[in-house]
Amino acid sequence: MPMSYYLILSAAMFAIGVLGVILRRNPLVVFMSLELMFNAANLVFVAFSAYHQILDGDLFVFFVMTTAAAEVAVGLALMVAIFRAKHTIDLDEMSMLKG
Amino acid sequence: MDIGVLLVYGILGLTVIVSAIGLIVSRNALYSALFLVVNFIAVGLLYLALGAPFIAFAQVTVYAGSIMVLFIFVIMLLGAENLPLTEPLRGQRALGILLVLIFLAEIVLYYLLRTTPLQAIPIIPQTFASPAEIGMILFNRYLLPFEVTAFILLAATVGAILLSKHEGPTRPKPGIQKPETPVEG
Amino acid sequence: MNFETVLPLAPWVVFFPVLGIILNLLFGKRLGEKGIGVIASLAAGLSFGVAALLALGLTGHPEGGTYHLLRWLAIGDFTADWNFRVDTLSVTMMLVVAGVGTLIHIYSIGYMHADVRHEGDPARFRRFFVFLNLFVAAMMILVSADNFLMLFVGWEGVGLCSYLLIGFWFEKGAGGIANAQAAKKAFVVNRIGDFGLLIAIFLIFYNFGSLDFETVFAQAPQVAAVLPGVILAITLFMLLGVTGKSAQLPLYVWLPDAMAGPTPVSALIHAATMVTAGVYLVARSQALYQQIALAQDVVMWVGAATALFAATIALGQYDIKKVLAYSTISQLGFMVTAVGMGAAVAGMFHLVTHAFFKALLFLGAGSVILGLEHGHEHAAAHGSHTEEGHHAAFDPQDMRNMGGLRGKMPLTFWVYLIGALALAGIAPLSGFFSKDEILADASLHHPAVYVVLTAAAFLTAFYVARQLAMVFFGKPRSEAAAGAVESPPVVTVPLVILAVLAAVGGLLNFPTTHWLEKWLEHSLYGVQPAKFILSVALISLAVALAGLLVGWLIYGRKPLADARQPDPLARPLNGLFLALENKWWVDELYQALVVRPYLRLAQFLAQPVDQGVIDGLVNGVGNLMRATAQSWRRIQNGYVRSYALTILLGVVLVITYLVLR
Repeated sequence: MPMSYYLILSAAMFAIGVLGVILRRNPLVVFMSLELMFNAANLVFVAFSAYHQILDGDLFVFFVMTTAAAEVAVGLALMVAIFRAKHTIDLDEMSMLKG
Repeated sequence: MDIGVLLVYGILGLTVIVSAIGLIVSRNALYSALFLVVNFIAVGLLYLALGAPFIAFAQVTVYAGSIMVLFIFVIMLLGAENLPLTEPLRGQRALGILLVLIFLAEIVLYYLLRTTPLQAIPIIPQTFASPAEIGMILFNRYLLPFEVTAFILLAATVGAILLSKHEGPTRPKPGIQKPETPVEG
Repeated sequence: MNFETVLPLAPWVVFFPVLGIILNLLFGKRLGEKGIGVIASLAAGLSFGVAALLALGLTGHPEGGTYHLLRWLAIGDFTADWNFRVDTLSVTMMLVVAGVGTLIHIYSIGYMHADVRHEGDPARFRRFFVFLNLFVAAMMILVSADNFLMLFVGWEGVGLCSYLLIGFWFEKGAGGIANAQAAKKAFVVNRIGDFGLLIAIFLIFYNFGSLDFETVFAQAPQVAAVLPGVILAITLFMLLGVTGKSAQLPLYVWLPDAMAGPTPVSALIHAATMVTAGVYLVARSQALYQQIALAQDVVMWVGAATALFAATIALGQYDIKKVLAYSTISQLGFMVTAVGMGAAVAGMFHLVTHAFFKALLFLGAGSVILGLEHGHEHAAAHGSHTEEGHHAAFDPQDMRNMGGLRGKMPLTFWVYLIGALALAGIAPLSGFFSKDEILADASLHHPAVYVVLTAAAFLTAFYVARQLAMVFFGKPRSEAAAGAVESPPVVTVPLVILAVLAAVGGLLNFPTTHWLEKWLEHSLYGVQPAKFILSVALISLAVALAGLLVGWLIYGRKPLADARQPDPLARPLNGLFLALENKWWVDELYQALVVRPYLRLAQFLAQPVDQGVIDGLVNGVGNLMRATAQSWRRIQNGYVRSYALTILLGVVLVITYLVLR
């Protein structure tokens, strides 16, 4: 397949992820959208790795995955803590700097 | 390129896009999570097609497996809240969609105007990106980042535990009785 | 006496009064009034002794010299030193200042003893003598200065002492502020004059590159040939300073108010010495003035106008000290006219004799006031039949409350008479010779000035007769006057000494000997030999006698019967007398033309400009910031999705740049 297939697919995924971050008020969905954006980036990494026959792109995907795992772990813990304090997870309810 | 391959790629791409859209439009967070799993598996298949089997399997096991389990666990824990779809921020929806469209258009424009045209992906050798090769690079050239990643994961683990620890300094734990409270009987 | 041996003594004319100040400040409380008075008088007396030694030294070495004490400033090529100039002119001034000053110090011991008790604060006795010594020190710096900068130090110093002493009873006076206001007025008006002198000094420095008298006066002819306008500006700005310090038109208004100070202050500072500083300055700067005829004419006419103008006002005054104050202004006008005409010797001569007889008159007036206060307290103590209102408003300086003091205070009367006749210009008293020398010089070169001055001389004799008649003749018009007694010897002895000096002071420059002229010609620039013109002398004598006679006819023949009777001149002169009584409304004019507009300007600058514009600018910047922040803080709304949108906007902008690059 031509590179443009992967690139456009990746761009579309990324854009949809951005939309999810901007429009959804449920933080869980926002996190999922973030994962979507990670995946879009990963797809480009892998595609170029194959295109140039260099393995470093694949390695980067590996690192992105671990970082994303860490981010999700911390983010979901935050969610739980916030829900415990405010009894809601609506992002718009968290517009004050104080608890 | 024969029609069957095109069909497979077309269906895969469509699956990716549709599942992504489904993710962001479904009201129920659980559905979103399932759409994301579908998306991950489709992208993993694309990784296989790009000759990266190790990454593909990591994608399916780590992402679609463990991370999504974590998501679903949290959704179950907090109760899958169905938040109202109304937009309280004025102009947020319109502006967001507009900006995203511009963003997409600009990416395409950039690709068309600013880059040298790319060829098709060459034939990938069988040994490329095999787990052995990845291991060689990972533990040689990328040893330090690997260790740093380990630290990040450790820090995330500790942070997650700390954040979700129940007790706070202001609120006493409701379940535990205070010793001075006389027990009836 | 060898000049070189006495020259190092020169700084001691300043050091002795300063020593007196220090001693009185340190030990005055323990010494008591006698000790304070003795130390202060001794300080002034020793200063006089040094001046006398310097004068003796000068007899053998009349060119004089300067004594370098220490370097004050050295800025590049410019230097200013504490140099004491000892020449015939400065020593003459020193003798007058220290001589009259010493007598007034002694007199003050008696006068202030009574005054501090009358005003109810005996602790202020020491303060008075400290100020008086400070004045002598400052005046000595002024007259012994060898450069304009040092002169300015003395100039400001005497101004400060004047301010302090006018406001000596600063919490007294009408409404409790009149004295303080008089002091403030003197200070502010003098500041205007000092500003002129300062500009003159700046101009001198700019054009001559030096402030030393020798250098400046030596270069004056060359500079005048090239830049006559500069010399004119210097002399006229200097004249502004002179009009301030020497109470000439238009800045004379502070001097009558300065009579709020204790009477010895009026005698020493506001009659005999400080106010002559302007005359001294013009005399010293003759080298500058004689380059420009226009400058001389301006000075001359300012003096002549002042002489006549102030003499008219003196006619309508009832306050014994105010009459003398306007008389002082008038006589200062004579001196300024003289130095303006280039007759500097005549001016200095009149300065010296005036110091004698005017100090005598003021001190005599002080003696009269003491006598009246004594009589008033005596009457009040015996609780006799005075109505209460009259009692409270009693003014011991109002001549309408006096009368008949000739018999009560005979010694004071006789010395006062000598002083008054000297002032009127009756031969052979000192005032006759000095005034006549000015008139003679005017008659030769400036007939118009001569006429003006002769008219002023006539008025002088007239108000002298009026004052004598109102104070000493007739019957006592108040119980205080009836109960007045002669003052103690500490007061009268200086009066007698001054009376002798006022009587024989004319010998200094007697028409045949011209001692003063031969003495001063070594240090004054362009001295021309004075001429004695018999006709002028006779005319001025006749004019003075006529003035006395007219005054006697109006006031003496039929004395006022009681204190509330209007002045005999009030009916025939009507509105004119009202104008005289109100001093031609000059104070009101200044109030309307200068003070009130200035206050309005200050108000304007304070209210709309400072609070409106300046504060408005500052507050406006603050408000602008707040308004901007207020509108921009909507972006910072706390919604994380909104921030995400902003980030997206940034990303889009960056990519737009990358695409369009």
